[in-house]
Amino acid sequence: MIPAQFSYRRASTVDEALSVLAEHGDDAKLLAGGHSLLPLMKLRLAAPEVLVDIAPIDELRYVRADDDGVAIGAMSRYHDLHRDTVLREHAPLLAHVAGSVGDQQVRHRGTVGGSIVHADPAADLPAAILASDGVLVARGPGGERRVPAAEFFLGPFTTPLEPDELVTEIRIPRQTGLGWGFEKFTRRAIDWAIVGVAAVGRSVGLINMAGTPLRARATEEALANGASVAEAAELAAEDTNPPDESHAPPDYRRHLARVLTARALDKAAVPA
Amino acid sequence: MSIAGTRVVRVEDQKLITTGGTYVEDLRGDALTGAVHAMFVRSPIAHARITSIDTSEALAAPGVIAVYTAADIDLPPAPVDPVTQSWLADGVVRYVGEAVALVLAEQRYQLADAAELIDIDYDPLEPVSSIDAALADETLLFPEHGSNVMQVNGKEFDEKTFDDCEVVVTRTIVNQRVAPVPLEVRGAACTWGDDGRLMVWLSTQNAQIARTVVAAGLGVGEESVRIVTPDVGGGFGAKVGADPEVVALGWAARHSGRAIRWTETRSENLTSMTHGRAQQNTITIGGRRDGTVLAFRLEVVQDTGAYPRLPFLPILTELMASGVYHFPRVETASRAVATNTAPISAYRGAGRPEATAAVERAMDLFAAEIGMDPGEVRKANFIAPEEFPYQTPTGASYDTGDYATALDRVLEAGGYADLRAEQARRRASGDPVALGLGISSYVEVTAGDDSGGEGGRVDINPDGSVTAYTGSSPHGQGLGTSLAMLLSDQLGIPLDKIAVRHGDTDEVPKGIGTFASRSLQMGGSAMRLAADQVIARARELAANMLEASPDDLELNVDQGVWQVRGAPASSTVTWAQLAERAGEGELSADEWYDEGAPTFPFGAHLAVVEVDTLTGKVELRRLIAVDDAGPVVNPLAFRGQRHGGLGQGAAQALLEVMNYDPDGNPTTATLADYSFISATELPDFELVNMETPTTRNLLGVKGIGEAATIGSTPAVHNAVVDAVAHLGVRHIDMPTTPVRVWQALGDARKAEAK
Ligand SMILES: Cc1cc2nc3c(=O)[nH]c(=O)nc-3n(C[C@H](O)[C@H](O)[C@H](O)COP(=O)(O)OP(=O)(O)OC[C@H]3O[C@@H](n4cnc5c(N)ncnc54)[C@H](O)[C@@H]3O)c2cc1C
Repeated sequence: MIPAQFSYRRASTVDEALSVLAEHGDDAKLLAGGHSLLPLMKLRLAAPEVLVDIAPIDELRYVRADDDGVAIGAMSRYHDLHRDTVLREHAPLLAHVAGSVGDQQVRHRGTVGGSIVHADPAADLPAAILASDGVLVARGPGGERRVPAAEFFLGPFTTPLEPDELVTEIRIPRQTGLGWGFEKFTRRAIDWAIVGVAAVGRSVGLINMAGTPLRARATEEALANGASVAEAAELAAEDTNPPDESHAPPDYRRHLARVLTARALDKAAVPA
Repeated sequence: MSIAGTRVVRVEDQKLITTGGTYVEDLRGDALTGAVHAMFVRSPIAHARITSIDTSEALAAPGVIAVYTAADIDLPPAPVDPVTQSWLADGVVRYVGEAVALVLAEQRYQLADAAELIDIDYDPLEPVSSIDAALADETLLFPEHGSNVMQVNGKEFDEKTFDDCEVVVTRTIVNQRVAPVPLEVRGAACTWGDDGRLMVWLSTQNAQIARTVVAAGLGVGEESVRIVTPDVGGGFGAKVGADPEVVALGWAARHSGRAIRWTETRSENLTSMTHGRAQQNTITIGGRRDGTVLAFRLEVVQDTGAYPRLPFLPILTELMASGVYHFPRVETASRAVATNTAPISAYRGAGRPEATAAVERAMDLFAAEIGMDPGEVRKANFIAPEEFPYQTPTGASYDTGDYATALDRVLEAGGYADLRAEQARRRASGDPVALGLGISSYVEVTAGDDSGGEGGRVDINPDGSVTAYTGSSPHGQGLGTSLAMLLSDQLGIPLDKIAVRHGDTDEVPKGIGTFASRSLQMGGSAMRLAADQVIARARELAANMLEASPDDLELNVDQGVWQVRGAPASSTVTWAQLAERAGEGELSADEWYDEGAPTFPFGAHLAVVEVDTLTGKVELRRLIAVDDAGPVVNPLAFRGQRHGGLGQGAAQALLEVMNYDPDGNPTTATLADYSFISATELPDFELVNMETPTTRNLLGVKGIGEAATIGSTPAVHNAVVDAVAHLGVRHIDMPTTPVRVWQALGDARKAEAK
């Protein structure tokens, strides 16, 4: 469990980080909370030559409400989000989801930016951000660009982010007053979701039902057309492609998606 | 006043929870200054011929001192009857995780780089990844043995055994493979001294047995090996003795002339330390519709993994097959088969949990078949208190027990009747959250090994303090505190003046160690004998000093002084005065205790679960337990053993399984995949007391180390099945994970629809 050799750089501003990335290109990797990257390196599944530690970038650790909604700095830790009063008011789903990731250690180190960019289909926040119509803000040598969450998750651990780009912010339209529900189905409290469902209003995001987080489009459309929660939830597994593991074969995951969607939507039906 | 039976805070804990223990990895003694680091390169393939190993590139890597393979190690292989096991894989690898090469390097980080440079060519062979594949005998792990069946036991079954039964139920159930997962992984450090002796610091449950294993492996006399156990962070049976790695390290230290340190990784621990359980059991139970069981049959197939390390495991399962019941006819047989998986060895209960799981599932299956309450069926078949000592049909001689009382107490404490009423209400209302009640009544055998006793030595020091030496090898249980409590009561010397030492073979040359829940009964009885001897000697000395007859002397245990009966309080002698008079090392006794016959703790557990019938998820709501291991020396330590046991047992029923895919690749090789249980998944345990002494040792105590594990697995397992019984489910194999419960519900629905 010892990673291959690498050199270590610290960045305390976004510009500094970008300049190291520009210098090393593909050979460099950003290190945020390290809770996904370091295990991969220890297993030698990843062997970056240069690690750029962005933990010192305090300018990316914030939650602010503005006219459009909520802006979350990419270096915010799960624990920050879970406790944040602004987030609890304007995007309570995200605050809640952040509080159910992993365990205490993970929540004090892991960052929202790292979770998004890592793009693990089993991760919690990406699906919640997708259901929330979130937009990701990235900066690179060419300046800043915005990518809707719906266009960000291309496949397992795959995003359109370039190696010289850094995610700085996640923007969430205001959800004040909307009901929400989160169902994370695990064997043990500490586990990743076998299947998870994040619902806000009538939007539904699915965890671990394909190579990326998904919207349960068929369910959402049925709701829009006047179907009951029970009827709409029956469609939650349409167009999904769940992974096959011995403790959770695809048919079981589809079944869970339907049951959990109904539960999450029932909760979301109650206005916050 | 006696302190035995009072809640004494374990003397071990202060250090362990403040500064932390000193584990092998922490050792910084002179002897290890400049020690090199070791790493085993392990097979990534379940079954293959090794066609070539090229170590040249690794040898040239920075810091690398040596790379050894089987070709280098000039030692005969270890006998693992009926085959042998090389210290490093020799020509063939038989499981993922088997050690193939040993690398030594100056720095630990250099090992991982060097290991990647070793070029090993494997020519894959067909993997034997399941018991069924092994029994087919198409691919053989050891062609020279002619079969994958390593051992057969038992007589042929009688065709007429179940002829007079109104009801017969039979089923094959799986007692799945689990990983021990000690908090401290395996580790060792070793060096050869100028005196030609090998010194080994080892994370083990018994230094003395480890010494025997290491000396035999290296082909040297036992006097040439010294083993020292620093603090040990758990073993659960898997750290009994010494694994082959330790012999390889001892050899490498001799060959390289360097001191060596080794600590495995967590994944290495999960895939290459021995696993436990791994049985497939066919149970057949028959009897009358009034609940009387007339006959029981148990057919065990033990998966030994790649090397048959522990032949007695299935035999112990057979021995305990009939459990707490007076079955008129009992038949057992076992086979042990080799598979391309990590070897199986002892794991908390070692053979007895499997027996209890089998018979307790059988009782529930029988109860379900005749439509009787599982508690009532049990009561109809218990061995009665007046039948003890009870000779079982399988050859066990139970010492003492009162199984019906244990069950009554647990059912009463749990409010069984109310729980059944609540269950009926939920069923009637179609509540999707079903309630399940699971009972297990159990008996197990402790100190059941044939290792022949235990040693204990008591020295009274010149300052009146005590140094005691035990052949037991506590590694987290708090035995040191319990032994000190017993000595304190016996000698009248306060706890803080008693030091209990263990685990250094030079200090304690004779000893057996800690496993099979034997330590308090064997080690404690040995200590009692030694203290008796010391007291006898002290009586003579004190008589001499006080100019009285030895018969008139008494030990005042409240004050820790010797006095003449009826004489004024001023004429007393203290232990310090006696020790001084006796002279250095003279007020001392070294004793060996051999109980001769094992003891049989017993109990009853009631588990209450809720099952979400829509998702299959099980929540363990309550676990109520009687665990009777005789008189309790330290209730705190006793409770700790029960808590740990209950949690570990429940984990097997609900969550834990070490899985291999059809190619023999472990799929639960990290703690993200291997679901060991945490506090979050467990309820507060409800412990009910009961103390039935044994007649078979000086203290009247039985072992508590494994009892609660043995009882809780079937209780929780039965509860899960009970929760969904009304939906047509009769059995779900362990672990009863959500998907399995869901699938069982689906299968039952389909069967009903037919
Ligand atoms: C025991 C354990 C349990 C866990 N349980 C869960 C769980 O239940 N649910 C869940 O969702 N997750 C879980 N995780 C994963 C955890 O959420 C990770 O922290 C998260 O996925 C990654 O965030 P990080 O800050 O640690 O990123 P890192 O590991 O530091 O980085 C991950 C990747 O993102 C890149 N990156 C990081 N920040 C940026 C940025 N701002 N811009 C561009 N690239 C960036 C890195 O280069 C790297 O490729 C668990 C992890 C552990 C160790």
